[in-house]
Amino acid sequence: MTTLRRGRVRRLTALIRKESFQIIRDPSSILIALVLPLILLFLFGYGVSLDTSRTNVGLVLEETTPVTLELAASFQNSRYFDVTVGHDRREFAEDLVQSRIGGILVIPNGFTADLTAARHPAVQVIVDGADPNTANFVQNYAAGTVSTWEAQRAAERALTATPLLVQQRFWFNPELKSRNFLVPGSIAIVMTLVGTLLTSMVIAREWERGTMEAMMATPVTAWELLAGKIVPYFLLGLASMSLCVGLAVFLFGVPFRGSILALYALSAAFLMPSLGQGLLISAVTKNQFLASQLALLSGFLPSFLLSGFIFEINSMPLVIQYVSMIVPARYLIPSLQSVFLAGDIWPMFLRSILVLLGFGLVLFAVAIRKTAKRIT
Amino acid sequence: MTATAKPVLVRLDGVVKRFGAGAPALDGVSGDIRGGEITGLVGPDGAGKTTLIRLMTGLMQPDGGVITVLDHDARKEAPAIQAAIGYMPQRFGLYEDLSVQENLDLYADMRGLPRRERPAVFDELLTFTDLKRFTDRLAGKLSGGMKQKLGLACALIRKPRLLLLDEPGVGVDPISRRELWKMVENLTTEGIGVVWSTAYLDEAEACDHVLLMNAGKLLYAGTPPGLTDRVAGRVKRLIGIKGSRRRLLARLLDDDKVVDGVIQGEAIRLVLAEGDDGDSVVKTAGAEADRLIPATPRFEDAFVDMLGGGPGGRSALAEAQAARPDGDGRPVIEARGLTKRFGDFTAADRITFDIPRGQIFGLLGPNGAGKSTTFKMLCGLLKPSEGEGRVAGFDLRRDAAEARNRLGYMAQKFSLYGDLSVGQNLDFFAGVYGLAGARRRERIAMMLDVFDLAPHASMSTKDLPLGLKQRLALAAAVMHEPEALFLDEPTSGVDPITRREFWTHINGLVEKGVTVLVTTHFMDEAEYCDRISLIYRGKSIALGSPDDLKASVATTDRPDPTMEDAFIALIEASEQEAAA
Repeated sequence: MTTLRRGRVRRLTALIRKESFQIIRDPSSILIALVLPLILLFLFGYGVSLDTSRTNVGLVLEETTPVTLELAASFQNSRYFDVTVGHDRREFAEDLVQSRIGGILVIPNGFTADLTAARHPAVQVIVDGADPNTANFVQNYAAGTVSTWEAQRAAERALTATPLLVQQRFWFNPELKSRNFLVPGSIAIVMTLVGTLLTSMVIAREWERGTMEAMMATPVTAWELLAGKIVPYFLLGLASMSLCVGLAVFLFGVPFRGSILALYALSAAFLMPSLGQGLLISAVTKNQFLASQLALLSGFLPSFLLSGFIFEINSMPLVIQYVSMIVPARYLIPSLQSVFLAGDIWPMFLRSILVLLGFGLVLFAVAIRKTAKRIT
Repeated sequence: MTATAKPVLVRLDGVVKRFGAGAPALDGVSGDIRGGEITGLVGPDGAGKTTLIRLMTGLMQPDGGVITVLDHDARKEAPAIQAAIGYMPQRFGLYEDLSVQENLDLYADMRGLPRRERPAVFDELLTFTDLKRFTDRLAGKLSGGMKQKLGLACALIRKPRLLLLDEPGVGVDPISRRELWKMVENLTTEGIGVVWSTAYLDEAEACDHVLLMNAGKLLYAGTPPGLTDRVAGRVKRLIGIKGSRRRLLARLLDDDKVVDGVIQGEAIRLVLAEGDDGDSVVKTAGAEADRLIPATPRFEDAFVDMLGGGPGGRSALAEAQAARPDGDGRPVIEARGLTKRFGDFTAADRITFDIPRGQIFGLLGPNGAGKSTTFKMLCGLLKPSEGEGRVAGFDLRRDAAEARNRLGYMAQKFSLYGDLSVGQNLDFFAGVYGLAGARRRERIAMMLDVFDLAPHASMSTKDLPLGLKQRLALAAAVMHEPEALFLDEPTSGVDPITRREFWTHINGLVEKGVTVLVTTHFMDEAEYCDRISLIYRGKSIALGSPDDLKASVATTDRPDPTMEDAFIALIEASEQEAAA
């Protein structure tokens, strides 16, 4: 009995050692496990930002009065706009079409009269609907600037009538830096790459090169073969994640308010469905090209698009929201973002971990059924 | 009888295996494999050899019948079988990014070889395979022959009772192949049973016992002499041929009394029908040949006989083609000092030869010797580093497009579009070669007819059996009636009947003045050529007619060497020269 167990342990360690040699010597695994995460992280850290800095706008003063000049000044002083002043909206029409400016703000004829008569004066905002993000931004901040200006005027005029001021305060990510929530999210993507893409490709490669067949004709069991793949890529996934976290915290200055334990517990749980999916794909395809296509399509893209990483799940069509329920990354990303930005919220983490382990269990069960020591 | 004393290791009883619909991959195969001898599992690609071996390892389940390996039922007791056998799959099952030693360690762990026994076992295996100097080298950086030896060493880590080798001779030069054979033969003296699967019939002749398979059926089980006995006395050589031996062969093949016939150097090798004394052949040959002499029967003679004889000698393809005028007597294909370097590696080194109109020239050599490089330079697919090549008088450097229009090319690997139907492929290639209108329709119809592809015209090419794929590839290459035909390993792995059919067409075209350059590692096929160049390590080490090359290595011990003997002797001579 003990010799049987010793044989099992020896085979497993031999498989893991072999896999480690291969990871170290194979440029493609280094590429996927280390270089790709770096590129992704730098892309989200520096390149992609959902924040908007100053936007160029054209300001049309159709009448020049002290009042309109005062309002124009508050646009010019705004930290959200770079203002060019003109007197006819036609001056800016071409700029808007060419996207040289994000919008045209028009202070119309009769603005001063309306204001004095306490009729609601209007400021027209013309934006490019083809670029909804900028359009929204210009619209909102223009409205904000106008109401601030009105409030100030009111305060100056009648000190008694205290205006209602809205004070915004953002918790957890006060500067609203998109980097702070994109970087934790991209760590989930990196683990999908290692767990699903890399794993499915290395197993498919063994089928292609005939080494899988040679291994199967030895006393090794299907369990040992699978474990021999899972253990090294599990560790590689964690290593890759650690590298990303290190960079995120020390290079990009993303806050880390939770505990290391929570980080590793969540990551480890997430690697289960990720690896399970990788094993399943390779068991079904046995072909590197097909495996990589399937892994990208069923692993990478959903983690990217349907996980709430970039696109808010609540604003997706209902059907897509249901589809997103089977994307494991969806359960990881909010928790991971909390670990970084908020701190440990164990009830939420435990729920995520349970769901992820559940996904993992199902995927492993199917993968093992498909990887019976059989060639079909 | 000693044969009966040898224990039966594997018993196959009515084994059936199906993959999807269609004919079964194995159709009721029964036979025994014994310890202490080499059993050849012989047959063309698609015969079912790999499937049968996988069934014996327990990695696949039969759909019918019983397989008993070392007293275990392969269906139920696969683990027990896997613990006791050694198996080398095609491509040897090595991890290319692990070193020789690491591969051995891995297999030792997998098979549970106790640590204290390892030094001795490794030492023995490394000595046996002559890999001692290379233990630190990555397996991917070994030559084909060395990979094969390492694969064998890994399969032998725990001295198995049964050793299964799936096509160990593929992709390996003949010298390495002979070395491997000797090693395996040594193993049988220890009582190990060896299964050696192969598509090469000359390899099969050396086995103690063979299972000859074709299209999933077992054709013969027994000793090789037992098989060749069926054609004993019926194999002859027609020698002293005046005039065209190809034209004579075509006439002879149409004779009912001739079962099979091929060109063999200057002679024609024939298998006569049972009970025939050769009179009819002599009469047909008339004054064109001197006489008919007996020849030693070979495995291939018997195989073709067993399959009901080869096809007739007429090639409808060649008959429909207009004869080319003799021209100005200049060679159609010329190579002048063709050299190709990849970095500091010289793949082809000053290759020079020329091929007159209406001749077949063969490039013979092991894989990686430089055959394909030379070949690709001559059809304008690869730019030579030095030297020049001409096809039909066009310089390949300056007028590559003109030259390519005059040649037909059949690539080594099946290079048609698998997802297109047979008809669509022909239509595509007709377009590529600039055939249009009535002529295009006429040529396509003719190809479908001549190669008997019409019933399969709408089938997806990838679903065709190998023989039909190969016909279609030839059809695509000859559609535009090229002056020169380039054939890269054209009949590798196909059954001998398909191979005969193929050569009937080629011979017919050559009679019409088409010039052929062919690469091959089939020794038999080399003898169909008018002249051959032996390529080894990028150099042409010998050039001449097959008979001349064979005669050049004849000794008193070996008055009548085979082509393979000549090949090995010439390579050894060249290595000694290089060493000196």
